Amino acid sequence: MLKVENMNVYYSNIHAIKGVSFHVNEGEIVTLIGANGAGKSTILKTISGLMHSKTGSISFNGENILKVAPHRIVRRGLAHAPEGRRIFLQMSVRENLEMGNYTQSAATMRERMEQIYVHFPRLKERHKQVAGTLSGGEQQMLAIGRALMSRPKLLMLDEPSMGLAPLLVVEIFKIVRECNEAGVTILLVEQNANMALSISDRAYVLETGNIALEGSAEDLISNDEVKKAYLGA
Amino acid sequence: MLFLSQLINGLQLGSIYALVALGYNMVYGIVKLLNFAHGDIIMVGAYIALFSLNYNHHPVVAALLTVGGCTLLAIVIEKTAYSPLRLAPRLSLLITAIGVSILLQNLAQFFFEARGRAFPADRLLPTGTVSIGDATVSYTSLLTIGISVASMIVLTFIVNKTKLGKAMRAVSEDTGAAQLMGVNVNVVITFTFAVGAALAGVGALMYGVRFPLITPTIGAMLGLKAFVAAVFGGIGSIPGAMIGGFMIGLLEVLVIHMGYSGWADGVVFMLLIIVLLVRPTGIMGRNLMEKV
Repeated sequence: MLKVENMNVYYSNIHAIKGVSFHVNEGEIVTLIGANGAGKSTILKTISGLMHSKTGSISFNGENILKVAPHRIVRRGLAHAPEGRRIFLQMSVRENLEMGNYTQSAATMRERMEQIYVHFPRLKERHKQVAGTLSGGEQQMLAIGRALMSRPKLLMLDEPSMGLAPLLVVEIFKIVRECNEAGVTILLVEQNANMALSISDRAYVLETGNIALEGSAEDLISNDEVKKAYLGA
Repeated sequence: MLFLSQLINGLQLGSIYALVALGYNMVYGIVKLLNFAHGDIIMVGAYIALFSLNYNHHPVVAALLTVGGCTLLAIVIEKTAYSPLRLAPRLSLLITAIGVSILLQNLAQFFFEARGRAFPADRLLPTGTVSIGDATVSYTSLLTIGISVASMIVLTFIVNKTKLGKAMRAVSEDTGAAQLMGVNVNVVITFTFAVGAALAGVGALMYGVRFPLITPTIGAMLGLKAFVAAVFGGIGSIPGAMIGGFMIGLLEVLVIHMGYSGWADGVVFMLLIIVLLVRPTGIMGRNLMEKV
């Protein structure tokens, strides 16, 4: 479904992503794990068009989207819930979801919103509230719900567990799995490797802009190097 | 009653400042640009209205030509001068805006001559006065306030209820996230300039009625005063521009009424200095604190 080949991204002179290639098959949950600064978020931003790779190709459903503008990529069914949630803090919960529906018809918006509210009943209770007044966990739910509004085929989630209490992390991951079971392919970026690997099919381990290791989630979870570096064992 | 007539006088002036300040704040909210050419767009609008009315156009036609002309001019400026600098440092953009301002003033001097021309206000709005209690108030004052407030209500509706308006708010808060929602930022930027300039067109008509002597440089002082109103209200904030505009208008009329008409401009700019010292984000300015 998604195939990234030879991605090279620079921040002015800094070579941040060094020839990374990976793929995501339809229906999978794939995780990119790695330490701070390994380049996980940069990879997601490059796929969604906010940053640019100097080489290679990014093919999504068979089409190269490397040079497509970000607002057009969403229309093709690729949604990105970015790092730090980036919800619109001054808009209401409902308006945030409406923004998520931007590429979709207004006629089906209400129906879609109700579907989202099934996963996130808290958002329904607070639909009139200004998003900036939500708790961290609720904001994360809104970020995911907003991304789901565009009816994506592939959803990219950047650190959905960041800054959340352990119980909430479990809840968020449960929802991610529910979305996947409902037919959305997931590309996940996480520092919480344990949790991420437990719901993933496959994973890639990133180290300073390179893919150091790849394999099935089960293999990686029992891999000694991964255990030592990312699982705190 | 003197108080009431001066209050309406101040609100009339303030509503003009508010209309102009709205254009500053909307554009600043989206592209972080202080569009110093904004006042000069109003100058061009005032000339369009003047020529159109002198040509014996119906007032409605003249008004539509003015608003349409200002909108078109702003779109052309945005596409030719600002859009190529989208990725450039903000300072380059600011300097470009000052350049556009100087260009417009000089073009106006070249084409319309530097001498002042009388604005045929009586052809645009009905003359005459009305008595409210003991106070005598001109129709034009009331109409100016009414038209300005109506424009602001329309603007508020656009920004809060329409799809493009919501996209504007989203872009002004987080451009990257708005793009991820599928918003074409270029379209939103052009739309913002267009709406700001349409309000400037209304402002141009109201300015001509209040100060019926048009020269190529009227935009400079009007633009600066509206800029003070924008900063006072809170730069980037739409309600801030409205409040700031009305406050500056009332302040100016108060100073003049107290007999210090020569000081009116000075007091306004003193207020700018005080605001920048005491509360640089303005009345409605956002706290930069965010919940993490």
